[in-house]
Amino acid sequence: MKHRNTINICAVLIGCFLVCAVMAEPITVAPQYEQRYSSILGELRCLVCQNQTIAESNADLAIDLRVEVKNMLEKGATDSEIIDFMANRYGDFILYRPQLKPRTYPLWFGPFLLLAVVLLLLYFVVNRQSKDSNVKLTDEEKTQLNSILNQTEEKYTDD
Amino acid sequence: MLKYLLPVVLFFVLVGFLFVGLYKDPSEVSSPLIGKSTPQFSLPRLEGSRIFTQDEFQGKVSLLNVWATWCYACHQEHPILLDLADRKVAPIYGLNYKDIAAEAKQYLINYGNPYIANAFDENGRVGIEWGVYGAPETFLIDKNGIIRYKHIGPLTNDNVENIILPLIQQLQNEAS
Repeated sequence: MKHRNTINICAVLIGCFLVCAVMAEPITVAPQYEQRYSSILGELRCLVCQNQTIAESNADLAIDLRVEVKNMLEKGATDSEIIDFMANRYGDFILYRPQLKPRTYPLWFGPFLLLAVVLLLLYFVVNRQSKDSNVKLTDEEKTQLNSILNQTEEKYTDD
Repeated sequence: MLKYLLPVVLFFVLVGFLFVGLYKDPSEVSSPLIGKSTPQFSLPRLEGSRIFTQDEFQGKVSLLNVWATWCYACHQEHPILLDLADRKVAPIYGLNYKDIAAEAKQYLINYGNPYIANAFDENGRVGIEWGVYGAPETFLIDKNGIIRYKHIGPLTNDNVENIILPLIQQLQNEAS
């Protein structure tokens, strides 16, 4: 009896999973477009739930935009035409990979600039430290140092 | 001296960025349509059989409000739109977005109608042209049919007094 209950629960869970899976992707595209379709959807951010792509999101808008992409593909639009279509209406924020243009230069080159600045700083710091270690001791300092070293040596050999 | 001052300065710069970030709403994405002509479209009207096109926006400063009966925030915004309509500063058009016509009509009868006319966008296709991603949204359109401002989310009294009304005034003073 207990065993049967487990089976029933499993069946319900699997059923739920199948329903969800079907709900997430109700749009079918012709096989020749399938690859481009999914790659384009992966590039587009769903503006309603901002951490999901249009492919993943179940938001109403994401479903509409999936249909739009499918229709454009079937009408023979190129990938970049579809991407531009979306960016012209929803803004650059819809693109996971921002286009390269003056407004996005800081985004693309900023990290490298920062890296260069850090490397430069590192160079100066290391340079200064190695210069410090090259400082020559005067004769007086040398004898002083030797006497201290000898003292400690004696101290330990005594024990 | 610099050695001790620099981290402190950097710390306050960071705090400054975080502080500004606190007051930014990440769900408000600026529209690339601002400064451009209204998208071309042709839709049935909620009222009557005439077609609603972008030509409607020519020759006057107007507002386009995207709304739906299923949209809770639109209900919240409704009294503010009614109030704005009462002032008769600029016509308010509606884009009834992904709605059921009969329900939308009944809603306007029940709660009052701030709109001069409504374009009925049943499947949301025209909403895509306008870059709509969450009703309610409100567009301010100048005399030449250029979109000049977009408000995302429900309008508040504060928005109307401090942003919408001054902008309408400014756009009305511009030569067409």
